[in-house]
Amino acid sequence: MANIQEKIAKLFPEATFEEGENLMVCIPDSKWHALAKTLKEDAELHFDFLVTIVGMDWTDKLGCIYYLQSTVDNKMISVKVTTEDRENPMIHSVHDVWAIATTFEREVYDFFGIIFVNNPDMRRMFLSIDWKGYPLRKDYDDNPELNPVPKENERQEDTTVSYVETEDGKIEKKVLNVFEPNDFVVNIGPQHPATHGVLRFRTAVDGETIKKIDFYSGYIHRGIEKICEGLTYPQTLHFMDRMDYFSSHHYHHAMCMVYEKALGIEISRRAQVIRVLMDELARIASHCLFMGTFCMDLGATTMLFYTLRVREQILDIMEKTCGARMTFNYGCIGGVMQDLHEDFVKDVKELLAVLPKNIKEYNELFIGNVIAKGRLENVGTLTREDAISYAVTGPSGRASGWACDVRKTNPYSIYGELDFEEVVYTEGDSMARTKLRLAEMEQSARIIEQLIDNIPEGEYCVKVPKVVKLPEGRWFQMVEGCRGAFGVYVESTGGTSPLRLKLVPPCLPLANVVDHLTRGNKIADLITIGGSLDYIVPDIDR
Amino acid sequence: MYEITFSTITTWVDAFLNQYMPSWLATTIECLVIGVGLLVVYALLALFYIYFERKVCAAFQCRLGPNRVGPMGLLQSFADMFKMLIKEIITLKHIDRFLFALAPYLVITASMLTFACLPWGNGLQIIDFNIGIFFLIAVSSIGVLGILLAGWSSNNKFTLIGALRSGAQMVSYELSIGLSVLTMVAFAGTMSFTELVAKQEDLWFIFQGHIPALIAFLIYIVAGTAETNRGPFDLPEAESELTAGYHTEYSGLHFGFFYLAEYLNLFVVSGVATLLFFGGWMPLHIPGWEAFNDVMNYIPSFVWFIGKAIAISFIIIWFKWTFPRLRIDQLLKLEWKYLLPINLVNLVLMVLIIVFNLHF
Amino acid sequence: MPYEAWKDNEYIESLVKELQENGTNVIVGSLDKLINWGRSNSIWPLTFATSCCGIEFVSLGAARYDMARFGWEVARSSPRQADFMMVAGTIVHRMAPVMRRLYDQLAEPKYVIACGGCAISGGPFRKSYHVVKGIDEIVPVDVYLPGCPPRPEAMIYSIMQLSRKMKVEKFFGGVNRQEKIKDFLATHPSESCD
Repeated sequence: MANIQEKIAKLFPEATFEEGENLMVCIPDSKWHALAKTLKEDAELHFDFLVTIVGMDWTDKLGCIYYLQSTVDNKMISVKVTTEDRENPMIHSVHDVWAIATTFEREVYDFFGIIFVNNPDMRRMFLSIDWKGYPLRKDYDDNPELNPVPKENERQEDTTVSYVETEDGKIEKKVLNVFEPNDFVVNIGPQHPATHGVLRFRTAVDGETIKKIDFYSGYIHRGIEKICEGLTYPQTLHFMDRMDYFSSHHYHHAMCMVYEKALGIEISRRAQVIRVLMDELARIASHCLFMGTFCMDLGATTMLFYTLRVREQILDIMEKTCGARMTFNYGCIGGVMQDLHEDFVKDVKELLAVLPKNIKEYNELFIGNVIAKGRLENVGTLTREDAISYAVTGPSGRASGWACDVRKTNPYSIYGELDFEEVVYTEGDSMARTKLRLAEMEQSARIIEQLIDNIPEGEYCVKVPKVVKLPEGRWFQMVEGCRGAFGVYVESTGGTSPLRLKLVPPCLPLANVVDHLTRGNKIADLITIGGSLDYIVPDIDR
Repeated sequence: MYEITFSTITTWVDAFLNQYMPSWLATTIECLVIGVGLLVVYALLALFYIYFERKVCAAFQCRLGPNRVGPMGLLQSFADMFKMLIKEIITLKHIDRFLFALAPYLVITASMLTFACLPWGNGLQIIDFNIGIFFLIAVSSIGVLGILLAGWSSNNKFTLIGALRSGAQMVSYELSIGLSVLTMVAFAGTMSFTELVAKQEDLWFIFQGHIPALIAFLIYIVAGTAETNRGPFDLPEAESELTAGYHTEYSGLHFGFFYLAEYLNLFVVSGVATLLFFGGWMPLHIPGWEAFNDVMNYIPSFVWFIGKAIAISFIIIWFKWTFPRLRIDQLLKLEWKYLLPINLVNLVLMVLIIVFNLHF
Repeated sequence: MPYEAWKDNEYIESLVKELQENGTNVIVGSLDKLINWGRSNSIWPLTFATSCCGIEFVSLGAARYDMARFGWEVARSSPRQADFMMVAGTIVHRMAPVMRRLYDQLAEPKYVIACGGCAISGGPFRKSYHVVKGIDEIVPVDVYLPGCPPRPEAMIYSIMQLSRKMKVEKFFGGVNRQEKIKDFLATHPSESCD
């Protein structure tokens, strides 16, 4: 880290540095674009993966924190860019450096009203175009009369706005068309069986061929980040069940880890093992459901029933221990809520006994099917460079040859000592994404096999103070969810509730990349590609 | 050979009516009775098929299927029918009202007409003329018109895409159906239903015509599945892509018509397959096994016909619940690049077999 | 399910009483019975889910809970062909007009089940700036089903309750549920759509 700091200091004398969990560079807005280019393109730095952009409101100034990761040696760095103008805050866009920034910046604009200069698409993202105010600002007026429940259909605009910097440094507002004037635009969603929830694709088609997709989200935007700012730390945990409801154990894990890190709590090994076991069970259940719903989207309905059979078995195991079928709320600061049920080991062993047979059956029934091959092979091919640039993590990223498994790149909990493979394919098409999930189920089973006989004795939850107060500072933690890298960013001022809690959902980049992948493909391929990326809409919207 | 012939009953009824009333009245009454009878059978069969499909699909998916309404859920589709009858028929704005209302009737008429042609049993058929099978193919193509109209007149992009898909699909696969039927007609040397069935008295065509007949059957069953818009060829109503396809905007009874016609077309397609390849209502006869043949003859002919048709439908339903859906370009490729050339070659093969008398 | 096992018999009884006040015509009454038998046994859901509850709804269709036993498995994607809408999940401001539109598109007679805490009152997200505090602000609700998410068994119970409600209704004349809905719609106008 020290030599990175030296190097940046040499190139950008304006930069200041803050020490923390990882190096934070503070840079004035005017130099930010140049720094971004250097950070990505310099062979030694090579920060080519933009993890997230955290919008911030420190009341005296607004700003963004960019989290960057290198795909070569997995080191992390963060960059802070601030502006003091509250009326018309502007920061330079980096969408030409990292493709995903277009969407991340739109999100920050939506919540904080920070305009990103040169970003081609500065529309509202989660909120409607008539929404008054920027909800995540500290001075946001949440009077329901200002923004009542709309009675009428939402106003729709076919244009977008871009703030372009001219050569002499002035900023001009430009209005751009989203679609060509003669495009035949089909509205897919928000209530459509193929969108896996309430996502909306405005699709310009030429016959059956897709020309462009404009994706709208926010149909399930519940403002979790804002609610969390008014809750105590333990209260924020239960929202993790309701984002990506298949990865709830993983999300709990991430959230607990970030708080434990901040509080300096060391949790018992038993709790670690229980958390990892639950994570991997949930991963198998989630991939099962993926197989089922994906096949159902492609018309093979029966597969859903076969995969749900295994999922039900896993839910039974979880229900005995956690008491619920979906919203488990199992992880807590310091460990887990309850001890394992006495049948846990027996039930898991039963599951492990039937799992290989089932995975084989899925392979034979679907992967080997000639129609499935025709539908999946070479459809929606994502290259490794694009996967990184669009920040497509998780199974979808690994199917494109990017080894992005957080369990391997930044091992957390006890993953470092476990023996499992990170499955990586290079094809990058829908078939690879599907097969990879089946292979991951096998790996998860392998992890469970290693642990199930060696659950150590000990307490399942260590003692934590009754009132949880995080010290002043900021923390970031990533875990590998079922659909990709999930991150939590917490900034505290020392009180009982966070100043800012940013959730980094893996599904937003997944939905965002759909446009890039579907261009030139058929409408039916939209279903294949969307299904194989396997995004969960409440996770996108939060 | 002992066999109940329904023509004796019908002739008797005809004579009886003519005895007491002028012939025009007798004919009218007969037509009415036949019409009502057809409608009833049509409706009952459609309801049975809905129930049958739901049960079969449940069996494939390790479920139970309907079992609460009536014994074993037998009354489930009746409940659905009552519900459907009283459902509101929504009138839409900005549509072509006339065509919108006409479309479901076109679809149901087409399926009704084809249904009416089928020979149900020995003498149990409404009309028998020398171009029977030709007529059947002709009227069954009216259905696609209804689907196109439904899609077009709904003023909805999904229905339009659904209708266009359906148009492309039906026009293509009609060729395959036509050619495989032609292969069998060439083999039989007749288009009349009675004669087609009569020629299979000793042995069904699929055994008589061995290889080319088998190929023709396989092609027919694939193309027939496509004709009925069923999976894996259910693109026009692909739920995950186009919500409900061409009938997205239809509600109540109008939707009920599409729903019924869809199931009845399944029966019609399997009925024609039965007729052309499995001897129609003809019982299973094996040359030389006289005792066996006599036993088979005791089973009424209409049971044979319906039984065979349902067995073939079962195969088509099996397809649907097993395979994923094709994509539109793959669908057309399958037809034009594979099925059609194979079919043409098969026709030549069939002719050779007829000419050199290589069949059984 | 035996009559005593139901949890809210008083409600159904009061509903029946209200309906029977004017007496019943013999012919219309028996026709009503037949139609209600059909309607209450053929309840087709609209495929509509926004979040977690939707996944439980999928489980409801799967082999273990198998809603096909009751004939509810014919989930229609087009609201024109569905009978009821299970609002499974949170409804947010942006979704509200869409959901209202879906409700308007359902063909009469139509029913709504508010499934899960979020649909009933906003649930855990009640404090949010973007969540509708109960869908009964937007559409008339027939059955409230609490839970977060409700278990599939609870979903079966709720649809059976809906079925019971249908059974005692009058299709021809009498005090009708339709009129109550009319009152609701008069006070909650929406943008017209076809």
